[in-house]
Amino acid sequence: MTTATDTRRPGGADDAVGGVVPGEVVRPASTEQVAEVLRAAAAAGHTVVPVGGRTKTTWAAPPTSADLLLDLTGLDRIVEHVAGDLTVVAEAGVRLADLQASVGQAGQLLGLDPPEQGATLGGVVSANASGPRRLRYGTTRDLLIGITVVLADGTVAHAGGKVVKNVAGYDLGKLFTGAHGTLGVATSTTWRLHPVPPARRVVTLDLPDVAAAGSLAIALGRSTLTPTAVELIGTAGGAGRLVVLFESIAESVSDQARSAVALLGGGTESADLPADFGARPGGADDVLLRLAFAPAALSSVLGALPAGAAVAAHAGTGVCHAAVPAGEVAAVLPALRSALAPHDGTAVVLRAPDAVRDRLDHWGPVGDALDLMRRVKDRFDPERRMSPGRFVGGL
Amino acid sequence: MTTLAENATAEPATSERTAALAERLRAAVGTERVLTDRTQVRTYECDGLANFKVTPAIVVLAESRQHVVDTVRLCSEAGVPFVARGSGTGLSGGALPRADGVLLVLSRLRSLGPVDPDNRQVTVEPGVINLWVTRDAAPHDLAYAPDPSSQLVCSIGGNVAENAGGAHCLKYGFTVNHVLGAEVVLPDGEVVHLGGRAPEHPGYDLLGAFIGSEGTLGVATELTLRLVRVPEEVQTMLVGYRSVEDAAGTVSDIIGAGILPAAVEMMDALAIEAAEAAVSCGYPEGAVAVLVIELDGPRVEVEAQFKQVEEIAQRRNAFEVRIAADAEERALMWKGRKSAFAAVGRISPSYFVQDGVIPRTKLPEVLAEMKRMADAKGLRVANVFHAGDGNLHPLVLFDDAVEGQAHEAEELAGDILELCITSGGSITGEHGVGQEKRMKMGKQFTPEDLDTMQLVRCAFDPDGIANPGKVFPTPRLCGERPGVRKGEHPVQAAGLGEVF
Repeated sequence: MTTATDTRRPGGADDAVGGVVPGEVVRPASTEQVAEVLRAAAAAGHTVVPVGGRTKTTWAAPPTSADLLLDLTGLDRIVEHVAGDLTVVAEAGVRLADLQASVGQAGQLLGLDPPEQGATLGGVVSANASGPRRLRYGTTRDLLIGITVVLADGTVAHAGGKVVKNVAGYDLGKLFTGAHGTLGVATSTTWRLHPVPPARRVVTLDLPDVAAAGSLAIALGRSTLTPTAVELIGTAGGAGRLVVLFESIAESVSDQARSAVALLGGGTESADLPADFGARPGGADDVLLRLAFAPAALSSVLGALPAGAAVAAHAGTGVCHAAVPAGEVAAVLPALRSALAPHDGTAVVLRAPDAVRDRLDHWGPVGDALDLMRRVKDRFDPERRMSPGRFVGGL
Repeated sequence: MTTLAENATAEPATSERTAALAERLRAAVGTERVLTDRTQVRTYECDGLANFKVTPAIVVLAESRQHVVDTVRLCSEAGVPFVARGSGTGLSGGALPRADGVLLVLSRLRSLGPVDPDNRQVTVEPGVINLWVTRDAAPHDLAYAPDPSSQLVCSIGGNVAENAGGAHCLKYGFTVNHVLGAEVVLPDGEVVHLGGRAPEHPGYDLLGAFIGSEGTLGVATELTLRLVRVPEEVQTMLVGYRSVEDAAGTVSDIIGAGILPAAVEMMDALAIEAAEAAVSCGYPEGAVAVLVIELDGPRVEVEAQFKQVEEIAQRRNAFEVRIAADAEERALMWKGRKSAFAAVGRISPSYFVQDGVIPRTKLPEVLAEMKRMADAKGLRVANVFHAGDGNLHPLVLFDDAVEGQAHEAEELAGDILELCITSGGSITGEHGVGQEKRMKMGKQFTPEDLDTMQLVRCAFDPDGIANPGKVFPTPRLCGERPGVRKGEHPVQAAGLGEVF
């Protein structure tokens, strides 16, 4: 039988996380093997950085150390899909797209649509990645109903379960969501699924000024329409498009699309989504920011961004992604954070080019719970060996 | 409510420690807000689970955040445990007081609003009653989605502690999906803000961990809630069946058809009988099971899917399908369901309300097994459930006057929970673990699972003074600092707990 040790190899430049090349790479194939690897790492005092599809290794702050890269793509089994219960259990290394294809055969979907191609479930959970459809389905915290984790010392623990409704014990799934691998390693995840809507209709409205999207999103939110997503794609201080997606039965989507055109005062209907729907804005030379704020503040937030920044906002949810040229970001970020503050807003650096990554404050102000977060980290990973430095407050 | 012969009743500890604490509390929050008189504090001896009773040493009636901070800080300094309480409607004994501790009553913290219609949010204090939120939101065509059956009296703070659900959480989710932010007084008196008005914040999702922690991680003093747009159309039907299998089959077929109803509730013959006796809800005569099915959303969608649901019900041999013509008829359909727990009092002197979850697809086999288990003990079980999400509320009926029957009923209620676990479900879907089910936690979770949850507890409450003895089966102590073991703790030396 193969053990995780057999898969060990030296790390190379291709294995870098945030520009840090790991000493070794190991690719276990089961929760038990992950536990074995972590027990050995604990004994050796090694730092460990878990990765999945490696679509977000340039996200967040770089690790301060990476003795061991824990490649979870070997945990690639869809363990159990019970269509009648609308639930699925899948290992952390399963690609989101593969899971969607699998449950799609039963006319079901997992309501997460982050655009990163090749992303695995574990990575989506750890980065709390989301896409336009969060307006309807929420995010990982709303859909993850059970989790198996391996802690820094190799302890295997479960929380939640296989049923949607369950309040027994603390919800560790929420704690591990967005923790960027700093509390331990998620090895298996259980999800609530939704039925695939049978029909789709898209309304696209061209906006000479993206700032108009704010009041339109509020109007949509106060109406009885039930769009799956309201995506603003455009340029701060410039033009853009508002793409309103309706997914339901055929009678409903055509009726709602008509109503939306009336409510928005224009727009064209189509059956298909534009190619850039849900894509993160900007290119590899830009710094990608994720802004989160009280949803009604979208127009103010767009106004606070430097003119010319490419934006993709999940309007109505209070989340906007923006691409700022790497050369400008250091100057832009503090002012942007100040402008967001009145709206309970924050700006985090998702992805930054190598040249500027080390110089940025990726997370910004965290608020008065930072000490409590440190205490949580200290309990789960007292030696601070799990993805050290990638998270808030240097955690 | 039930009473048990072997009620756990404890005398208040009138130790010097609590007497001294009471003095300090009076100085801090005002004499009139600190109760120690035995007859006064006895009012708070139990919550909605009346078969556990403990008289608290001290009751504090907080009226402001500062009162909460002062009380918690003084408890922390004195090493005295505290239990937070809202309206006291909880059904798992989560707000059961400590005889050696402080009961911190939050029901006077009742500031609400204003509603922010553009953000669809409202900020409230924990003593605000669930239904008041929807009442205040209604003029803006908004509503607060979580709707536990006790929503006329239960508090938002209690809802947050228990991660309360309700009939409509099949579509809308639970309290945790509708609370955006919380101001929390940690067990040492420190105030932190978790979440906020924005959908996400940098850092760990401690709000997600806090909601549903049953008062063991701190006390919320302010909550920001998400409101939902009132749907354009709501349609409700009441369907009568001659067999439970047909009713369960209807639920499966609805889900299989890709329809997500706002609510699907089931009641069996005994529960129907009780509801009839209590509120004359006029459910179909001779029904072995009824479903209350509600769809909401855009009118065109609801009308089409409602027709589809009706056809499904007919195919599953429904003998009566009744459609609510207006809000009044809808209210009557719901009245039978929402009053079901209390109604059982009409057909049985006493009963246990149970709360368990199973995968929805296992409903027929679990119900058959539950019937077999009840028959074996000569007891009756009335069933009321949120059928859409597999959340069962078996009501185990018994008679106090019959020697030993209360014990048998308690045993059956416990066996039903184990049946839920072996069926792949959970020991609680919405009532919480509290005092009642903590000994069952070890059946659903491994020691490692529980130890890992305890890490969260130790980060928030290293001294273990926030609602100790609830949720978890064994008392645990937190090391001073992780990895650093000090001398033996007295509790450990006495064999009462182990250092974690």
